Amino acid sequence: MTDAPLSAPQAGVGRSGRVALRLRAVSGTVIPVLAVIAALVGLWYLACIPMNAQQSVLLAERGGAEVSPATASERRDVGGIALSLRNPDPALALAFGQDRPVLPAPHQVAAELWGSTVGLRVTSKRSLVFHGWITLSATLAGFAVGTGLGILLAVGIVHSRVMDMSVMPWAIVSQTIPIIAIAPMIIVVLYSIGVQGLVPKAVISAYLSFFPVVVGMVKGLRSPDAMQLDLLRTYGASGAQTFWRLRLPASLPYLFASLKIGVAASLIGAIVGELPTGAVRGLGARLLAGSYYGQTVQIWSALFAAAILAALLVAIISGVERVLLRRMGLMR
Amino acid sequence: MMLVVFALVLWAAGWALNVRLASGPAADTGTAQLAVPALFGLTLIVMWELIVRGLEVPGVILPPPSAIGFAFAGQWDVIWADFVQTFVKGALSGYVIGALAAFAVAILADRFDFLKRGLLPVGNFMAALPIVGTAPILVMWFGFDWQSKAAVVVVMVFFPILVNTVAGLADTAAMQRDLMRTYGASYTQTLLKLRIPAALPFIFNGLKISTTLALIGAIVAEFFGSPTLGMGFRISTSVGQLALDMVWAEIVAAALAGSAFYGIIAVIEKRVTFWHPSHRG
Repeated sequence: MTDAPLSAPQAGVGRSGRVALRLRAVSGTVIPVLAVIAALVGLWYLACIPMNAQQSVLLAERGGAEVSPATASERRDVGGIALSLRNPDPALALAFGQDRPVLPAPHQVAAELWGSTVGLRVTSKRSLVFHGWITLSATLAGFAVGTGLGILLAVGIVHSRVMDMSVMPWAIVSQTIPIIAIAPMIIVVLYSIGVQGLVPKAVISAYLSFFPVVVGMVKGLRSPDAMQLDLLRTYGASGAQTFWRLRLPASLPYLFASLKIGVAASLIGAIVGELPTGAVRGLGARLLAGSYYGQTVQIWSALFAAAILAALLVAIISGVERVLLRRMGLMR
Repeated sequence: MMLVVFALVLWAAGWALNVRLASGPAADTGTAQLAVPALFGLTLIVMWELIVRGLEVPGVILPPPSAIGFAFAGQWDVIWADFVQTFVKGALSGYVIGALAAFAVAILADRFDFLKRGLLPVGNFMAALPIVGTAPILVMWFGFDWQSKAAVVVVMVFFPILVNTVAGLADTAAMQRDLMRTYGASYTQTLLKLRIPAALPFIFNGLKISTTLALIGAIVAEFFGSPTLGMGFRISTSVGQLALDMVWAEIVAAALAGSAFYGIIAVIEKRVTFWHPSHRG
């Protein structure tokens, strides 16, 4: 690709500027990103060899092969890298297909992920779609409530000086607190008064998404500058009109930035909410069960399912943001 | 019931006082800026105490603040030991390692444009993921003690600091870089004298975001297994014993630790980036 600016003489010759822009974006980001991802996957495969070396060598020994420190107790003191260097053949051959590897290979995780989403009925207890939906429903319920309350509080803060001075410092301080520590207590307390299932997790999700939305929304509602506010005053606009026609539209870019943080926090809240009670359904429960029974492939696939879910949620919000802001002329 | 009524009266009185303070002539002074939120918080705590006592809410659902205070003072040595285990050993060591690693990778990424263009989208993407889910894996690898907690913290703080540092290193104007070139400055000189100082506000932004993440990582990792010590361990076991005053005391300790950690980083930032517009004047 040439690096000539699009505005250069004859830049439009041959293909249109838009096509050139797309092509340049491809070579500008897509190729480096793919290279970095490929490097990460390569590193992952490479790391599998020493990480799984103990078990590979053990399997080879059981299969009747000669291994270098002959007994398992001697091998325990040898590091993974040294062990795979002394037994290169079994370490290489057996690293990527074990049942309970220390580090599963990427293709094992991908196969498990595929098998437990597409390969099973959605209602099956082992289907990640089923567990993902349990977590997602709590996330969405909590996110909706948290965002709604957050926006309401932000509107109150912007319009009332007392609320601003009383509540805003606490909202900011609360961002520095590991709120997630409250999660086990919320679960147990709500359980003891007879509430369980989706609601406690949604409460945690709502709580985690609440404060980012408040802080971002206050910033957004305050973003119109004095000139714009003065203009509306010269039009004789009422307070409500100023809010609906100026403050609210101006706050949207800030709101969407907060929503992206908030939805990721909500998902984390729902997952962590499944940990302390030993829940049997949901992605957090899959993580916990996997860690109890040493099912590493299951942990990794649940982790990736959670990551994909988070990425999808953020992508949906970004998509809505792009369409909405472009229609409103707030984004080029 | 009397206590509940009294709590509501107190609330009205506190709110009225705040209204007067906030709309009075002294509203813009530093004292009022501090007094109004303090009064608000105090009223809430006193209301909590009065309502819990007035409605006789059982301590296994919501203990009154005084009970939490007693638990905090009475079990101080336990809380301190948990704090050292979780915060000093787990969170702080992981935070330092993660920050240094992110910083090193950021400088590498800045040196090689290809790496930067590839790593930045990946890093931004990773920063939004529920990384805390790696906790069970890392606990399995590094054992139950603080090393596994530090590992979780390293992974959690790495990407926010990386992304912010890379963005900061790119934040010099062409004019400034040209000036350095006219001085005949080498890459290292430009990096040390111009680009790292210019990146500091961004770096501190990443460091401040990561203070909370570090504590969250250390606490949640303890839910997956820990020695019989630590804030996350204490919270999950005390919840199981329905000793909610202890849970709240640990939460207070975690909140204080988190705010102090953030505050210290913010103070250092103010000292180091005194020249930045947001700190001047």
